[in-house]
Amino acid sequence: MKVLVAVKRVIDFNVKIRVKADKTGVETANVKMSMNPFDEIGVEEAIRLKEKGVATEIVAVSLGAQTCQETIRTALAMGADRGIHVLTDAELQPLAVAKLLKAVVAKEQPGLVLLGKQAIDDDCNQTGQMLAALLGWSQGTFASKIAIDDGKATVTREVDGGLETVELKLPMVITTDLRLNEPRYASLPNIMKAKKKPIEQLTPEALGVDPAPRLVTLKVEEPAKRQGGKKVASVQELVEKLRTEARVI
Amino acid sequence: MAVLVLAEHDNASLKPATLNAVAAAEALGGDLHVLVAGAGCRPAAEAAAKVKGVAKVLLADDAVLAHPLAEDLAPLIAKLALGYSHVLAPTTTAGKNVMPRAAALLDVAQISDITAVVSADTFVRPIYAGNALATVQSKDKVKIITVRGTAFPAVAAEGGSAAIETIAALGSAGLSTYKGAELSKSERPELTAARIVISGGRGMQSGDNFHLLDKIADKLHAAVGASRAAVDAGFVPNDYQVGQTGKIVAPDLYIAVGISGAIQHLAGMKDSKVIVAINKDEEAPIFQIADYGMVGDLFKILPELEAELDKQVK
Repeated sequence: MKVLVAVKRVIDFNVKIRVKADKTGVETANVKMSMNPFDEIGVEEAIRLKEKGVATEIVAVSLGAQTCQETIRTALAMGADRGIHVLTDAELQPLAVAKLLKAVVAKEQPGLVLLGKQAIDDDCNQTGQMLAALLGWSQGTFASKIAIDDGKATVTREVDGGLETVELKLPMVITTDLRLNEPRYASLPNIMKAKKKPIEQLTPEALGVDPAPRLVTLKVEEPAKRQGGKKVASVQELVEKLRTEARVI
Repeated sequence: MAVLVLAEHDNASLKPATLNAVAAAEALGGDLHVLVAGAGCRPAAEAAAKVKGVAKVLLADDAVLAHPLAEDLAPLIAKLALGYSHVLAPTTTAGKNVMPRAAALLDVAQISDITAVVSADTFVRPIYAGNALATVQSKDKVKIITVRGTAFPAVAAEGGSAAIETIAALGSAGLSTYKGAELSKSERPELTAARIVISGGRGMQSGDNFHLLDKIADKLHAAVGASRAAVDAGFVPNDYQVGQTGKIVAPDLYIAVGISGAIQHLAGMKDSKVIVAINKDEEAPIFQIADYGMVGDLFKILPELEAELDKQVK
Protein backbone atom coordinates (compact mmCIF):
# COMPACT_ATOMS: atom_id res chain seq x y z
CA MET A 1 0.00 0.00 0.00
CA LYS A 2 1.25 3.42 -0.94
CA VAL A 3 1.10 6.09 1.78
CA LEU A 4 0.93 9.80 1.10
CA VAL A 5 2.07 12.13 3.90
CA ALA A 6 1.33 15.84 3.77
CA VAL A 7 3.97 18.06 5.35
CA LYS A 8 3.59 21.79 5.99
CA ARG A 9 6.37 24.29 6.44
CA VAL A 10 5.62 26.49 9.46
CA ILE A 11 7.42 28.83 11.83
CA ASP A 12 9.33 26.62 14.28
CA PHE A 13 7.35 25.84 17.43
CA ASN A 14 10.02 27.38 19.64
CA VAL A 15 9.95 30.78 17.93
CA LYS A 16 8.10 33.57 19.68
CA ILE A 17 6.19 35.09 16.79
CA ARG A 18 5.95 38.83 16.14
CA VAL A 19 2.92 40.51 14.62
CA LYS A 20 3.83 42.92 11.81
CA ALA A 21 3.43 46.61 12.63
CA ASP A 22 1.10 47.12 9.65
CA LYS A 23 -1.20 44.35 10.96
CA THR A 24 -1.07 42.37 7.71
CA GLY A 25 0.26 39.22 9.32
CA VAL A 26 3.11 37.70 11.25
CA GLU A 27 6.80 38.37 10.60
CA THR A 28 8.29 35.44 8.68
CA ALA A 29 11.50 37.02 7.35
CA ASN A 30 14.63 35.58 9.00
CA VAL A 31 12.55 33.32 11.23
CA LYS A 32 13.44 29.67 11.74
CA MET A 33 11.06 27.42 9.79
CA SER A 34 10.40 23.73 10.43
CA MET A 35 8.03 20.93 9.57
CA ASN A 36 4.71 21.23 11.39
CA PRO A 37 5.24 18.98 14.47
CA PHE A 38 2.00 17.05 13.86
CA ASP A 39 3.11 16.31 10.28
CA GLU A 40 6.41 15.01 11.63
CA ILE A 41 4.35 12.50 13.62
CA GLY A 42 2.60 11.62 10.34
CA VAL A 43 5.91 10.95 8.59
CA GLU A 44 7.10 8.83 11.49
CA GLU A 45 3.89 6.78 11.43
CA ALA A 46 4.25 6.18 7.69
CA ILE A 47 7.80 4.96 8.24
CA ARG A 48 6.68 2.62 11.02
CA LEU A 49 3.95 1.25 8.74
CA LYS A 50 6.60 0.58 6.14
CA GLU A 51 8.85 -1.09 8.70
CA LYS A 52 5.90 -3.34 9.61
CA GLY A 53 5.42 -4.23 5.97
CA VAL A 54 2.02 -2.51 5.74
CA ALA A 55 3.22 0.42 3.62
CA THR A 56 5.24 -0.18 0.50
CA GLU A 57 6.10 3.36 -0.54
CA ILE A 58 5.97 6.72 1.25
CA VAL A 59 5.41 9.89 -0.74
CA ALA A 60 5.85 13.19 1.10
CA VAL A 61 3.84 16.10 -0.31
CA SER A 62 4.19 19.77 0.45
CA LEU A 63 2.43 22.75 -1.07
CA GLY A 64 3.67 26.30 -1.30
CA ALA A 65 6.77 28.32 -2.09
CA GLN A 66 10.07 26.89 -3.37
CA THR A 67 11.36 26.68 0.22
CA CYS A 68 8.86 23.86 0.92
CA GLN A 69 11.43 21.61 -0.74
CA GLU A 70 13.46 21.82 2.49
CA THR A 71 10.49 20.43 4.40
CA ILE A 72 10.13 17.61 1.89
CA ARG A 73 13.87 16.89 2.24
CA THR A 74 13.38 16.58 6.00
CA ALA A 75 10.68 13.97 5.40
CA LEU A 76 12.95 12.17 2.92
CA ALA A 77 15.79 12.20 5.44
CA MET A 78 13.49 10.66 8.05
CA GLY A 79 12.65 7.85 5.62
CA ALA A 80 10.09 8.88 3.01
CA ASP A 81 10.91 7.49 -0.46
CA ARG A 82 10.15 10.43 -2.72
CA GLY A 83 8.58 13.85 -2.70
CA ILE A 84 5.96 15.88 -4.53
CA HIS A 85 6.06 19.65 -4.36
CA VAL A 86 3.08 21.68 -5.54
CA LEU A 87 4.69 25.02 -6.23
CA THR A 88 2.68 28.19 -5.65
CA ASP A 89 3.26 31.54 -4.03
CA ALA A 90 -0.47 32.01 -3.46
CA GLU A 91 -1.91 32.00 0.07
CA LEU A 92 -3.23 28.48 0.63
CA GLN A 93 -6.19 27.89 2.94
CA PRO A 94 -7.31 24.44 4.13
CA LEU A 95 -10.03 23.94 1.49
CA ALA A 96 -7.57 24.74 -1.32
CA VAL A 97 -4.95 22.44 0.23
CA ALA A 98 -7.56 19.65 0.44
CA LYS A 99 -8.44 20.16 -3.24
CA LEU A 100 -4.79 20.10 -4.28
CA LEU A 101 -4.15 16.98 -2.22
CA LYS A 102 -7.21 15.36 -3.75
CA ALA A 103 -5.67 15.96 -7.19
CA VAL A 104 -2.37 14.46 -6.02
CA VAL A 105 -4.28 11.46 -4.63
CA ALA A 106 -5.98 10.96 -8.01
CA LYS A 107 -2.54 10.81 -9.59
CA GLU A 108 -0.80 8.65 -6.98
CA GLN A 109 -3.65 6.36 -5.80
CA PRO A 110 -2.46 5.86 -2.21
CA GLY A 111 -4.39 3.65 0.24
CA LEU A 112 -3.76 6.04 3.11
CA VAL A 113 -3.14 9.76 3.46
CA LEU A 114 -1.55 10.88 6.73
CA LEU A 115 -1.69 14.50 7.88
CA GLY A 116 -1.10 16.35 11.14
CA LYS A 117 -4.36 17.12 12.92
CA GLN A 118 -3.54 20.79 12.95
CA ALA A 119 -0.87 23.17 11.73
CA ILE A 120 0.64 25.24 14.52
CA ASP A 121 0.53 28.45 12.49
CA ASP A 122 -3.13 28.90 11.49
CA ASP A 123 -4.43 26.39 14.10
CA CYS A 124 -7.29 25.48 11.73
CA ASN A 125 -7.60 21.71 12.21
CA GLN A 126 -9.52 21.24 8.93
CA THR A 127 -7.44 19.89 6.05
CA GLY A 128 -7.62 16.13 6.77
CA GLN A 129 -11.36 16.19 7.35
CA MET A 130 -11.89 18.24 4.17
CA LEU A 131 -9.72 15.92 2.10
CA ALA A 132 -11.64 12.87 3.37
CA ALA A 133 -14.92 14.60 2.45
CA LEU A 134 -13.75 15.49 -1.06
CA LEU A 135 -12.51 11.94 -1.66
CA GLY A 136 -15.54 10.31 -0.03
CA TRP A 137 -13.15 8.40 2.22
CA SER A 138 -13.31 7.55 5.91
CA GLN A 139 -11.47 9.76 8.37
CA GLY A 140 -9.59 8.87 11.54
CA THR A 141 -8.88 12.20 13.16
CA PHE A 142 -6.70 12.91 16.23
CA ALA A 143 -5.25 9.39 16.08
CA SER A 144 -3.18 8.07 18.98
CA LYS A 145 -3.01 4.47 17.73
CA ILE A 146 -3.38 2.89 14.30
CA ALA A 147 -3.61 -0.79 13.38
CA ILE A 148 -4.10 -1.65 9.73
CA ASP A 149 -5.09 -5.14 8.72
CA ASP A 150 -7.13 -6.77 6.00
CA GLY A 151 -8.45 -3.72 4.19
CA LYS A 152 -9.48 -1.90 7.33
CA ALA A 153 -7.94 0.14 10.08
CA THR A 154 -8.64 0.32 13.79
CA VAL A 155 -7.93 3.85 14.93
CA THR A 156 -7.86 5.07 18.52
CA ARG A 157 -8.77 8.74 18.68
CA GLU A 158 -8.07 11.32 21.37
CA VAL A 159 -11.44 12.85 22.24
CA ASP A 160 -12.56 15.30 24.93
CA GLY A 161 -13.65 12.59 27.36
CA GLY A 162 -10.73 10.22 26.80
CA LEU A 163 -10.19 7.76 23.94
CA GLU A 164 -12.52 6.47 21.24
CA THR A 165 -11.92 3.57 18.87
CA VAL A 166 -13.35 3.39 15.37
CA GLU A 167 -12.97 0.91 12.55
CA LEU A 168 -12.42 2.52 9.16
CA LYS A 169 -12.53 1.21 5.64
CA LEU A 170 -9.51 1.70 3.39
CA PRO A 171 -8.67 3.91 1.58
CA MET A 172 -8.74 6.55 4.29
CA VAL A 173 -7.38 9.75 5.74
CA ILE A 174 -5.78 9.79 9.18
CA THR A 175 -4.78 12.89 11.14
CA THR A 176 -2.21 12.50 13.89
CA ASP A 177 -2.36 13.51 17.52
CA LEU A 178 0.58 13.96 19.87
CA ARG A 179 0.64 10.52 21.45
CA LEU A 180 0.72 8.53 18.20
CA ASN A 181 4.51 8.23 18.24
CA GLU A 182 7.74 10.06 18.89
CA PRO A 183 9.31 11.09 15.58
CA ARG A 184 12.89 9.99 14.95
CA TYR A 185 15.78 12.27 14.18
CA ALA A 186 17.28 11.93 10.73
CA SER A 187 20.78 10.49 10.85
CA LEU A 188 23.60 12.18 8.93
CA PRO A 189 23.92 9.34 6.36
CA ASN A 190 20.15 9.51 5.79
CA ILE A 191 20.30 13.29 5.36
CA MET A 192 22.97 12.74 2.69
CA LYS A 193 20.92 9.99 1.01
CA ALA A 194 17.81 12.20 1.04
CA LYS A 195 19.57 14.68 -1.25
CA LYS A 196 19.48 12.09 -4.01
CA LYS A 197 15.81 11.15 -3.60
CA PRO A 198 13.53 12.55 -6.30
CA ILE A 199 11.10 15.45 -5.77
CA GLU A 200 8.53 15.95 -8.50
CA GLN A 201 7.32 19.49 -8.97
CA LEU A 202 3.70 20.28 -9.90
CA THR A 203 1.57 23.41 -9.99
CA PRO A 204 -2.08 24.10 -9.07
CA GLU A 205 -2.70 24.85 -12.78
CA ALA A 206 -1.28 21.49 -13.85
CA LEU A 207 -3.48 19.81 -11.24
CA GLY A 208 -6.52 21.78 -12.45
CA VAL A 209 -7.23 23.36 -9.06
CA ASP A 210 -8.08 26.99 -8.32
CA PRO A 211 -6.43 27.63 -4.95
CA ALA A 212 -7.98 31.09 -4.41
CA PRO A 213 -8.59 31.80 -0.70
CA ARG A 214 -12.19 32.00 0.55
CA LEU A 215 -11.41 33.94 3.69
CA VAL A 216 -9.93 37.42 3.54
CA THR A 217 -7.70 38.35 6.44
CA LEU A 218 -8.60 41.94 7.27
CA LYS A 219 -6.03 42.36 10.01
CA VAL A 220 -3.78 40.51 12.41
CA GLU A 221 -3.24 41.96 15.86
CA GLU A 222 -1.43 41.17 19.06
CA PRO A 223 -3.64 40.01 21.91
CA ALA A 224 -3.85 42.10 25.07
CA LYS A 225 -0.85 41.47 27.29
CA ARG A 226 -1.33 40.01 30.73
CA GLN A 227 0.13 41.91 33.66
CA GLY A 228 1.67 39.17 35.76
CA GLY A 229 4.82 38.77 37.72
CA LYS A 230 3.69 39.33 41.32
CA LYS A 231 5.11 36.91 43.85
CA VAL A 232 3.85 35.76 47.20
CA ALA A 233 6.13 34.56 49.98
CA SER A 234 3.96 32.02 51.77
CA VAL A 235 0.97 29.74 51.36
CA GLN A 236 -0.87 31.81 53.98
CA GLU A 237 -0.32 34.96 51.94
CA LEU A 238 -1.45 33.20 48.74
CA VAL A 239 -4.73 31.95 50.23
CA GLU A 240 -5.32 35.32 51.89
CA LYS A 241 -4.84 37.14 48.55
CA LEU A 242 -7.07 34.70 46.66
CA ARG A 243 -9.81 35.22 49.23
CA THR A 244 -9.68 38.94 49.86
CA GLU A 245 -7.90 40.53 46.87
CA ALA A 246 -8.83 38.32 43.89
CA ARG A 247 -11.98 36.95 45.58
CA VAL A 248 -11.93 33.72 43.60
CA ILE A 249 -12.10 31.18 46.44
CA MET B 1 -32.02 33.64 7.24
CA ALA B 2 -31.82 31.50 10.32
CA VAL B 3 -28.72 30.28 12.13
CA LEU B 4 -28.18 26.62 13.02
CA VAL B 5 -26.20 25.38 16.02
CA LEU B 6 -25.00 21.78 16.26
CA ALA B 7 -25.67 20.62 19.82
CA GLU B 8 -23.04 18.73 21.78
CA HIS B 9 -24.83 16.19 23.96
CA ASP B 10 -24.76 12.67 25.35
CA ASN B 11 -28.34 11.88 24.20
CA ALA B 12 -29.63 12.40 27.75
CA SER B 13 -28.52 16.00 28.24
CA LEU B 14 -26.81 18.93 26.57
CA LYS B 15 -23.10 19.50 27.12
CA PRO B 16 -22.34 22.99 28.49
CA ALA B 17 -20.33 23.90 25.35
CA THR B 18 -23.62 24.03 23.41
CA LEU B 19 -24.71 27.06 25.44
CA ASN B 20 -21.55 28.94 24.49
CA ALA B 21 -22.09 28.17 20.80
CA VAL B 22 -25.69 29.40 21.10
CA ALA B 23 -24.33 32.63 22.60
CA ALA B 24 -22.12 33.13 19.53
CA ALA B 25 -25.10 32.40 17.28
CA GLU B 26 -27.17 35.01 19.12
CA ALA B 27 -24.52 37.60 18.29
CA LEU B 28 -25.23 36.93 14.60
CA GLY B 29 -28.94 37.67 14.87
CA GLY B 30 -31.71 35.85 13.04
CA ASP B 31 -33.85 32.90 14.09
CA LEU B 32 -31.87 30.41 16.11
CA HIS B 33 -32.27 26.69 15.49
CA VAL B 34 -30.45 23.82 17.21
CA LEU B 35 -29.71 20.43 15.66
CA VAL B 36 -29.70 17.50 18.07
CA ALA B 37 -28.40 14.43 16.23
CA GLY B 38 -28.06 11.15 18.09
CA ALA B 39 -29.89 7.99 19.05
CA GLY B 40 -32.47 8.12 21.82
CA CYS B 41 -31.65 11.79 22.07
CA ARG B 42 -35.13 13.22 22.64
CA PRO B 43 -34.22 14.20 26.24
CA ALA B 44 -31.30 16.25 24.88
CA ALA B 45 -33.63 17.84 22.30
CA GLU B 46 -36.07 18.72 25.08
CA ALA B 47 -33.22 20.34 26.99
CA ALA B 48 -32.25 22.26 23.84
CA ALA B 49 -35.84 23.46 23.43
CA LYS B 50 -35.63 25.08 26.88
CA VAL B 51 -32.46 27.04 26.09
CA LYS B 52 -33.11 30.76 26.09
CA GLY B 53 -33.32 32.27 22.62
CA VAL B 54 -33.78 29.02 20.69
CA ALA B 55 -36.69 29.16 18.22
CA LYS B 56 -36.66 25.61 16.90
CA VAL B 57 -34.97 22.29 17.61
CA LEU B 58 -34.30 19.82 14.81
CA LEU B 59 -34.22 16.29 16.17
CA ALA B 60 -32.48 13.60 14.13
CA ASP B 61 -32.94 10.48 16.23
CA ASP B 62 -31.53 7.42 14.49
CA ALA B 63 -29.39 4.44 15.46
CA VAL B 64 -26.92 5.42 12.73
CA LEU B 65 -26.16 8.59 14.72
CA ALA B 66 -25.65 6.80 18.06
CA HIS B 67 -21.98 7.75 18.13
CA PRO B 68 -21.93 10.62 15.68
CA LEU B 69 -19.35 9.51 13.12
CA ALA B 70 -18.27 12.35 10.85
CA GLU B 71 -18.85 10.20 7.76
CA ASP B 72 -22.54 9.81 8.66
CA LEU B 73 -23.29 13.17 10.29
CA ALA B 74 -21.48 15.58 7.95
CA PRO B 75 -23.80 14.92 4.96
CA LEU B 76 -26.82 15.72 7.14
CA ILE B 77 -25.26 18.98 8.34
CA ALA B 78 -24.30 19.89 4.77
CA LYS B 79 -27.84 19.21 3.55
CA LEU B 80 -29.44 21.28 6.31
CA ALA B 81 -26.88 24.07 5.91
CA LEU B 82 -28.35 25.06 2.55
CA GLY B 83 -31.29 26.57 4.44
CA TYR B 84 -29.15 28.61 6.84
CA SER B 85 -26.81 31.59 6.74
CA HIS B 86 -24.49 30.11 9.37
CA VAL B 87 -23.92 26.73 10.99
CA LEU B 88 -22.02 26.77 14.28
CA ALA B 89 -20.63 24.06 16.53
CA PRO B 90 -18.57 24.21 19.70
CA THR B 91 -14.81 23.76 19.23
CA THR B 92 -14.83 20.34 20.88
CA THR B 93 -13.26 17.21 19.43
CA ALA B 94 -16.70 16.29 18.05
CA GLY B 95 -17.16 19.71 16.41
CA LYS B 96 -13.60 19.74 15.08
CA ASN B 97 -14.10 16.30 13.59
CA VAL B 98 -17.37 16.81 11.72
CA MET B 99 -17.60 20.49 10.75
CA PRO B 100 -14.70 20.67 8.25
CA ARG B 101 -16.10 17.58 6.55
CA ALA B 102 -19.48 19.32 6.20
CA ALA B 103 -17.77 22.50 4.95
CA ALA B 104 -15.88 20.65 2.23
CA LEU B 105 -19.09 18.90 1.11
CA LEU B 106 -20.57 22.39 0.70
CA ASP B 107 -17.42 23.70 -1.00
CA VAL B 108 -17.05 26.43 1.60
CA ALA B 109 -14.30 27.41 4.02
CA GLN B 110 -14.59 26.83 7.74
CA ILE B 111 -13.86 29.57 10.22
CA SER B 112 -12.27 27.67 13.12
CA ASP B 113 -12.47 28.50 16.79
CA ILE B 114 -13.86 32.05 16.65
CA THR B 115 -13.50 34.26 19.71
CA ALA B 116 -15.59 37.22 18.54
CA VAL B 117 -18.32 38.05 16.04
CA VAL B 118 -17.57 41.38 14.33
CA SER B 119 -20.45 41.17 11.86
CA ALA B 120 -22.41 38.49 10.02
CA ASP B 121 -19.42 37.73 7.77
CA THR B 122 -16.46 38.86 9.87
CA PHE B 123 -14.97 37.05 12.83
CA VAL B 124 -11.94 37.07 15.10
CA ARG B 125 -9.95 33.89 15.62
CA PRO B 126 -6.67 33.20 17.41
CA ILE B 127 -3.72 31.95 15.37
CA TYR B 128 -0.20 30.92 16.38
CA ALA B 129 -1.33 29.49 19.72
CA GLY B 130 -3.20 32.68 20.51
CA ASN B 131 -0.15 34.88 20.07
CA ALA B 132 -1.97 36.72 17.29
CA LEU B 133 -5.62 37.43 16.59
CA ALA B 134 -6.79 37.38 12.98
CA THR B 135 -9.91 39.19 11.83
CA VAL B 136 -11.25 37.29 8.83
CA GLN B 137 -14.09 37.88 6.43
CA SER B 138 -15.90 35.03 4.69
CA LYS B 139 -17.26 35.39 1.20
CA ASP B 140 -18.98 32.00 1.23
CA LYS B 141 -22.74 31.59 0.90
CA VAL B 142 -22.99 29.71 4.17
CA LYS B 143 -20.56 30.18 7.00
CA ILE B 144 -19.39 27.04 8.76
CA ILE B 145 -17.99 28.02 12.14
CA THR B 146 -16.57 26.44 15.28
CA VAL B 147 -16.83 28.48 18.46
CA ARG B 148 -14.32 28.79 21.28
CA GLY B 149 -16.52 28.31 24.32
CA THR B 150 -14.47 30.40 26.71
CA ALA B 151 -14.95 33.49 24.51
CA PHE B 152 -18.75 33.48 24.68
CA PRO B 153 -20.49 33.43 28.09
CA ALA B 154 -23.10 30.66 28.11
CA VAL B 155 -26.74 31.58 27.52
CA ALA B 156 -29.31 30.49 30.10
CA ALA B 157 -30.22 26.78 29.87
CA GLU B 158 -33.80 27.62 30.86
CA GLY B 159 -36.35 30.16 29.73
CA GLY B 160 -37.06 29.05 26.18
CA SER B 161 -39.86 26.92 24.78
CA ALA B 162 -38.91 26.01 21.24
CA ALA B 163 -40.80 23.57 19.06
CA ILE B 164 -39.14 20.24 18.30
CA GLU B 165 -39.24 19.13 14.69
CA THR B 166 -38.26 15.58 13.87
CA ILE B 167 -36.05 15.15 10.80
CA ALA B 168 -34.72 12.04 9.12
CA ALA B 169 -31.07 10.94 9.24
CA LEU B 170 -29.45 10.12 5.91
CA GLY B 171 -28.39 6.54 6.56
CA SER B 172 -24.90 5.20 6.98
CA ALA B 173 -22.11 6.10 4.57
CA GLY B 174 -20.74 2.62 5.30
CA LEU B 175 -17.21 3.92 5.79
CA SER B 176 -16.73 3.72 9.53
CA THR B 177 -17.94 1.89 12.62
CA TYR B 178 -17.81 2.90 16.26
CA LYS B 179 -16.00 0.25 18.31
CA GLY B 180 -15.85 1.65 21.80
CA ALA B 181 -14.50 4.30 24.12
CA GLU B 182 -12.42 4.58 27.25
CA LEU B 183 -13.74 7.66 28.92
CA SER B 184 -12.25 9.10 32.08
CA LYS B 185 -14.72 8.95 34.93
CA SER B 186 -14.69 11.85 37.30
CA GLU B 187 -16.99 13.36 39.88
CA ARG B 188 -15.35 16.69 39.28
CA PRO B 189 -16.59 19.42 36.94
CA GLU B 190 -15.62 19.29 33.27
CA LEU B 191 -12.30 21.02 32.56
CA THR B 192 -13.71 23.49 30.07
CA ALA B 193 -16.69 24.38 32.28
CA ALA B 194 -15.05 24.45 35.74
CA ARG B 195 -14.82 27.71 37.71
CA ILE B 196 -11.47 26.63 39.15
CA VAL B 197 -8.82 24.49 37.46
CA ILE B 198 -5.66 23.09 39.04
CA SER B 199 -3.12 21.64 36.60
CA GLY B 200 0.08 19.73 37.05
CA GLY B 201 3.13 19.55 34.81
CA ARG B 202 6.34 17.63 34.52
CA GLY B 203 7.27 18.89 37.98
CA MET B 204 4.69 16.51 39.47
CA GLN B 205 7.22 13.73 38.67
CA SER B 206 4.65 10.90 38.57
CA GLY B 207 0.98 10.11 38.05
CA ASP B 208 0.69 9.06 41.69
CA ASN B 209 1.66 12.53 42.80
CA PHE B 210 -1.41 13.96 41.06
CA HIS B 211 -3.38 12.91 44.17
CA LEU B 212 -1.85 15.98 45.80
CA LEU B 213 -3.76 18.06 43.23
CA ASP B 214 -6.89 15.92 43.57
CA LYS B 215 -7.13 16.70 47.27
CA ILE B 216 -6.98 20.44 46.63
CA ALA B 217 -9.39 20.12 43.71
CA ASP B 218 -11.89 18.41 46.00
CA LYS B 219 -11.75 21.27 48.46
CA LEU B 220 -12.17 23.94 45.77
CA HIS B 221 -14.64 22.00 43.55
CA ALA B 222 -12.04 22.37 40.84
CA ALA B 223 -11.25 20.36 37.72
CA VAL B 224 -7.80 18.82 37.33
CA GLY B 225 -5.77 19.46 34.19
CA ALA B 226 -2.24 18.88 32.99
CA SER B 227 0.42 20.18 30.65
CA ARG B 228 1.37 18.26 27.54
CA ALA B 229 4.61 17.17 29.23
CA ALA B 230 2.65 15.45 32.01
CA VAL B 231 0.37 13.70 29.51
CA ASP B 232 3.25 12.63 27.26
CA ALA B 233 5.04 11.22 30.32
CA GLY B 234 1.96 9.11 31.02
CA PHE B 235 1.16 10.74 34.39
CA VAL B 236 -2.47 11.36 33.36
CA PRO B 237 -4.73 10.58 30.36
CA ASN B 238 -4.90 12.74 27.22
CA ASP B 239 -8.20 14.36 28.16
CA TYR B 240 -6.41 16.28 30.95
CA GLN B 241 -4.32 18.25 28.48
CA VAL B 242 -4.69 22.02 28.52
CA GLY B 243 -3.03 23.86 25.65
CA GLN B 244 -2.93 24.92 22.02
CA THR B 245 -4.01 21.54 20.72
CA GLY B 246 -5.70 20.24 23.85
CA LYS B 247 -8.42 21.94 25.83
CA ILE B 248 -8.79 25.69 26.06
CA VAL B 249 -9.88 26.84 29.50
CA ALA B 250 -10.59 30.25 31.00
CA PRO B 251 -11.73 29.67 34.59
CA ASP B 252 -11.95 32.28 37.36
CA LEU B 253 -8.89 30.69 38.93
CA TYR B 254 -6.17 28.61 37.26
CA ILE B 255 -3.49 27.08 39.46
CA ALA B 256 -0.44 25.86 37.52
CA VAL B 257 1.71 23.49 39.55
CA GLY B 258 5.12 22.37 38.34
CA ILE B 259 4.39 23.79 34.88
CA SER B 260 7.13 25.87 33.30
CA GLY B 261 4.81 27.65 30.87
CA ALA B 262 5.62 26.68 27.28
CA ILE B 263 3.88 28.82 24.61
CA GLN B 264 1.70 25.82 23.78
CA HIS B 265 0.44 25.51 27.36
CA LEU B 266 -0.12 29.25 27.83
CA ALA B 267 -2.31 29.15 24.71
CA GLY B 268 -4.76 26.97 26.60
CA MET B 269 -5.11 28.97 29.82
CA LYS B 270 -3.87 32.55 29.49
CA ASP B 271 -7.39 33.96 29.35
CA SER B 272 -8.10 32.72 32.88
CA LYS B 273 -9.21 35.50 35.21
CA VAL B 274 -6.65 34.82 37.94
CA ILE B 275 -3.54 32.68 37.46
CA VAL B 276 -1.49 31.18 40.27
CA ALA B 277 1.85 29.54 39.50
CA ILE B 278 3.78 27.27 41.80
CA ASN B 279 7.22 26.31 40.53
CA LYS B 280 10.67 25.78 41.97
CA ASP B 281 12.37 27.60 39.09
CA GLU B 282 11.91 31.31 39.57
CA GLU B 283 12.89 31.90 35.94
CA ALA B 284 9.98 29.78 34.64
CA PRO B 285 8.01 31.71 31.99
CA ILE B 286 4.72 30.87 33.73
CA PHE B 287 5.56 33.52 36.38
CA GLN B 288 5.47 36.28 33.75
CA ILE B 289 1.74 35.82 33.30
CA ALA B 290 0.84 34.68 36.81
CA ASP B 291 -1.06 37.07 39.08
CA TYR B 292 0.35 35.26 42.09
CA GLY B 293 3.57 33.32 41.75
CA MET B 294 5.09 31.17 44.42
CA VAL B 295 8.64 29.90 44.09
CA GLY B 296 9.31 26.71 45.95
CA ASP B 297 9.04 22.94 46.22
CA LEU B 298 5.54 21.89 45.20
CA PHE B 299 5.76 18.77 47.36
CA LYS B 300 6.06 21.05 50.39
CA ILE B 301 3.67 23.74 49.18
CA LEU B 302 0.73 21.55 48.12
CA PRO B 303 0.16 19.91 51.55
CA GLU B 304 0.49 23.34 53.15
CA LEU B 305 -2.05 24.74 50.71
CA GLU B 306 -4.45 21.92 51.47
CA ALA B 307 -4.13 22.54 55.20
CA GLU B 308 -4.56 26.28 54.75
CA LEU B 309 -7.74 25.83 52.71
CA ASP B 310 -9.08 23.60 55.50
CA LYS B 311 -8.46 26.37 57.97
CA GLN B 312 -10.17 29.09 56.02
CA VAL B 313 -12.92 27.44 53.97
CA LYS B 314 -15.55 26.82 56.58
